[in-house]
Amino acid sequence: MEKRLPKNIKEVEEVRIETDLLIVGGGNSGCFVAIEAKEKNPDLDVTIIEKAHIDRSGALAAGMDAINTYIGEGETPETLVAWSRAQVGGGPLREDLALGNAKILNGCVESLEKWGVPFIKDEKGRYKKRGRFDISIRGEQLKPIIAEKAKSYNPRILNRVTATNFIKDGDRVIGAMGFGVRDGKFYIIKAKATVVSTGGAAGLYRSPTNDGTTSHHQMWMCPFNVGSGYSMGIRAGAEFTLMEQRWCAARVKDFTGPVDTISVGYKARMINSKEELILQKRYSHLGGDTAPRYIRANAPMGEWNDGRGPTYVDTRHLSPEQVKELKIDYLNERPTYVLFLAARGQDPAKEPLEIYGSDPYIVGGHTSSGYWVDIDRMTTLKGLFAAGECAGGMPNKFVGGCAAEGVLAARGSLKYISGVGHGNINEEQVAAEKQRVFGPLFKGLNMEAKYNIPSGQDPRWQYDGITPEEMEERLQRLMDEYTGGVGQFFRCNEEQLNYAIKHIKIMKKQVERLFANDLHNLVLVHDVIDRLDVSEVVVMHLRERRETRWPGWQTRTDYPDKNPELDCFINSKKNLSTGEIEMTKRPYEQILPGDRTKSPSPVPLSVEKA
Amino acid sequence: MPPYVLKDKCDGCKGKDEPLCEQICIGDLMTLDHVTGRAYCRSLRDCWDCMSCTKICPKGAIEQRIPYQLGYHGAKLIPMIGTDSITWTCVDIDGKVERFTYRTRNKK
Ligand SMILES: Cc1cc2nc3c(=O)[nH]c(=O)nc-3n(C[C@H](O)[C@H](O)[C@H](O)COP(=O)(O)OP(=O)(O)OC[C@H]3O[C@@H](n4cnc5c(N)ncnc54)[C@H](O)[C@@H]3O)c2cc1C
Ligand code: SF4
Ligand code: SF4
Repeated sequence: MEKRLPKNIKEVEEVRIETDLLIVGGGNSGCFVAIEAKEKNPDLDVTIIEKAHIDRSGALAAGMDAINTYIGEGETPETLVAWSRAQVGGGPLREDLALGNAKILNGCVESLEKWGVPFIKDEKGRYKKRGRFDISIRGEQLKPIIAEKAKSYNPRILNRVTATNFIKDGDRVIGAMGFGVRDGKFYIIKAKATVVSTGGAAGLYRSPTNDGTTSHHQMWMCPFNVGSGYSMGIRAGAEFTLMEQRWCAARVKDFTGPVDTISVGYKARMINSKEELILQKRYSHLGGDTAPRYIRANAPMGEWNDGRGPTYVDTRHLSPEQVKELKIDYLNERPTYVLFLAARGQDPAKEPLEIYGSDPYIVGGHTSSGYWVDIDRMTTLKGLFAAGECAGGMPNKFVGGCAAEGVLAARGSLKYISGVGHGNINEEQVAAEKQRVFGPLFKGLNMEAKYNIPSGQDPRWQYDGITPEEMEERLQRLMDEYTGGVGQFFRCNEEQLNYAIKHIKIMKKQVERLFANDLHNLVLVHDVIDRLDVSEVVVMHLRERRETRWPGWQTRTDYPDKNPELDCFINSKKNLSTGEIEMTKRPYEQILPGDRTKSPSPVPLSVEKA
Repeated sequence: MPPYVLKDKCDGCKGKDEPLCEQICIGDLMTLDHVTGRAYCRSLRDCWDCMSCTKICPKGAIEQRIPYQLGYHGAKLIPMIGTDSITWTCVDIDGKVERFTYRTRNKK
């Protein structure tokens, strides 16, 4: 079917929908919101808007080989939360949120098995542990299975609709707007409650694997999760927390894929070019192999920086059967890593696998960045709830924890919905958003030809404006070089951050010069606008944390130590009258007693080591 | 990472409103070339190599490649999807073939 593009704003058709509960982003947590809401109230009108297709979208698109958080025998919700706290160097984190999540976590994970996901069992029939809270699955079909379950309740699913902004009625969110990537229509969806579950933000920074041609999206996090949910909240004046706690991870080199599969799953230890065990040799004072996650993540880049690269995870102890198992794990999670090994002609039993740092991501399901929420997962904007990677304050959620957040956000929304009606739509707001969203599509029509390019080549180059790719690459270069990307070994200082803020502001003014010549490019235009808004907030947070609390995730060369006065949440909010990002602090509250930096010992299991 | 569409295998999902690879692509990249009637990836640089398009194609017409900057040419990874299992065939640059078969869904 040939697509006809509207020629001006009047030609853009509108679709208006009224629903009880709107879910923005039908990924892992978004589907769990729908399932829980419909389970609790089958009559509820539930709508999901999804940028891609819910059968395969977001972080789970290629599959998963593990569930990183499950409370197995010998563990409790409290040991999970205390472990999670130690992984982030003692926090600050929202222990209230983490405990609530941990209490319903196992139920969510177990439901995946009931719906059809194969879990690997040990000889006693229990979920096979890969790490302390890690269990192994064969999750190639994980996303299709979750989507099937959600579809079985018949919510209204709008695939290929990209959300762009919330609809506000005073300080309440009453739905969202967006555009149809296929039909080119403008969607105005009014809801009693809205859950934002668009995943994290990838592509703010340049990936170390990005050579500008076919490897641009060779990165760990799903590159189509650009942080839209965060940016919509930023633009609506919601409060955000810990946006400086970036997820910078050790990843397999030249692929930027997951490494836990090997390091946790097959006990492959990190070594450098001199075959030294990196964590033992240099980080034993911080816990060696069990050092906090950011230390382990930063270790390979530390070695490269000190001239001891390359760095590896040592797989040379693996048997041929284990190598085969390892490849099956990858086939379930990032299948092309197996292709990559084949393209290198590499046998992991003979050669160790190279690792390197990743580009930094903002992923509140891994670190603690995201919306500041209350115990019901309601953000600081009434009627708006956050789930999965979007919800801040609570790290180490991963698959199971993001699903559990979906359940909790659904419960919070239901409670809220029971006491409210629909809000009132302000038509001026809607018209302004429609113009903002579709404007870039009409620009090319009026622009002068830039170069004389033969037909058949990308026509966007013929206009004298900015393509979304150009702005994206400009942003990624800036973020990498000035705000602690992998190219700078994750380090930055005040002057670099000020430079970045200045240039982000210039780019924000140039957004009006972006243009798109089809609906796909219109998505790219809004992707880069959203990334800019998120990047600005990330940089403001990095500047505000004048200390080094989580080296690697957040390293300030001008403030190399921890500052006890900054043992708190750094939060931000856009002032909607001035457009400036304003910073605040909130205190950390310790609920679980004990040394925050130490992992609790698990209750010893008599059965484990007979 | 680039997905390649094999010209002799792709039939453009004739009879469907939208080709299956276009319906599923998580990055809105696979689409139909109305001149040739076959699918193509509109922006090779933007592919995340999730292989969703490769897995869904009923004709086995899509093959995934590693960008040359990162891995050498000639390796292949072909999935065969069953109702509750999958078989992958992998060929490395030296022609070594490996097969992997396992369950992807519990028995109903
Ligand atoms: C490669 C990889 C490996 C991982 N391995 C593991 C592992 O082994 N174990 C583990 O426990 N965890 C793992 N994780 C983490 C885990 O998968 C995620 O933390 C979790 O699934 C995120 O859930 P979510 O719902 O927040 O986001 P997602 O599932 O990513 O959902 C976000 C959804 O929002 C949609 N969306 C985005 N923007 C818009 C918009 N503007 N409008 C409409 N829709 C939009 C997206 O298309 C997507 O469907 C891994 C992640 C990755 C990327
Ligand atoms: S799914 Fe396969 S056969 Fe159908 S259009 Fe795509 S490549 Fe061609
Ligand atoms: S591999 Fe994934 S991102 Fe790439 S074209 Fe196929 S479906 Fe799209």
